[in-house]
Amino acid sequence: MADTVLFEFLHTEMVAELWAPDPDPGPGGQKTSLTVLESMGFRVGQTLGERLPQETLGFREELDVLRFLCKDLWVAVFHKQMDSLRTNHQGTYVLQDNSFRLLIPMASGLQYVEEAPKFLAFTCGLLCGTLHTLGFQSLVTAFVTALPACECWRWCLHAH
Amino acid sequence: MSQEFNRGPAPQQNKDLFILTYGALVAQLCKDYEKDEDVNKYLDKMGYGIGTRLVEDFLAQSSVRRCHSYSEVTHIIAEVAFKIYLGVTPSVPCNNSSRNEFSLILDKNPLSEFVGELPAGRSSLCYCSLLCGIIRGALEMVHLAADVTFLQDKLKGDSVTEIGITFLKQPEEKKYRRKK
Repeated sequence: MADTVLFEFLHTEMVAELWAPDPDPGPGGQKTSLTVLESMGFRVGQTLGERLPQETLGFREELDVLRFLCKDLWVAVFHKQMDSLRTNHQGTYVLQDNSFRLLIPMASGLQYVEEAPKFLAFTCGLLCGTLHTLGFQSLVTAFVTALPACECWRWCLHAH
Repeated sequence: MSQEFNRGPAPQQNKDLFILTYGALVAQLCKDYEKDEDVNKYLDKMGYGIGTRLVEDFLAQSSVRRCHSYSEVTHIIAEVAFKIYLGVTPSVPCNNSSRNEFSLILDKNPLSEFVGELPAGRSSLCYCSLLCGIIRGALEMVHLAADVTFLQDKLKGDSVTEIGITFLKQPEEKKYRRKK
């Protein structure tokens, strides 16, 4: 899993360095840093999406896309499948990962919950980018109530 | 509706994720910093941070024995570390001029696999400065101070990519047996 390790270390440095510029981030500063990491993730997600096998690009059903994300993409990026998927059948989906790889080294439980969003920004962007390549506009947000579980990823999915 | 997914067997990892993420990082830093030297320094600094932690992972994964010369250390970096993490093995040419200067020659640099050429106006950008920082940080954690720089870069038109490692003198000089 050498490549995974390199990515995890790089991701940690990116969060530390690209978050650091604003030593006392107010709500505005915090938002800017999230956007930087999200946009980098988006770029990577787009490229990953473009390198997918041709058959996956033919997805038209939202649920097929979601299943793909939960299984194939999540496995390719984080070496495990998403633990559960829920939907309200109105374009919003909640994906849950009970042991999100990038949070595992941090802590277990409630410690550092406030810091956790920094470690999710890149991945939110990545999901958006991949969805964009598959033809769906989306808004991805992540929530953490106790490490290392990402409790909810909510998004509204609309085809282009 | 809710679905539970079974945890299937781990498939082949996506080797591109690290390389693509690195590319996005370099692109972002090029936006943030006008001068190439600043981007290079920033990448090197990030690499240093990674290297100080990566060395532990490396020592845990590989069963390298204690090295007795700078030459041995360089060969371990090339033949074991690069192989594990980047899947390539740089060659280490015999350097007779000095006992503490070595080079790693990369015919193919996986980090810049998707980079055709340097962006316009970025001719001094050392795209893989992260690697220099990683090596420097890792060596420091095993108490070996070194300067690590790019001597040649394929992205700049050179025939190969060459990383130079210059081991700096330790406060107490140790005698090393030269291996023939």
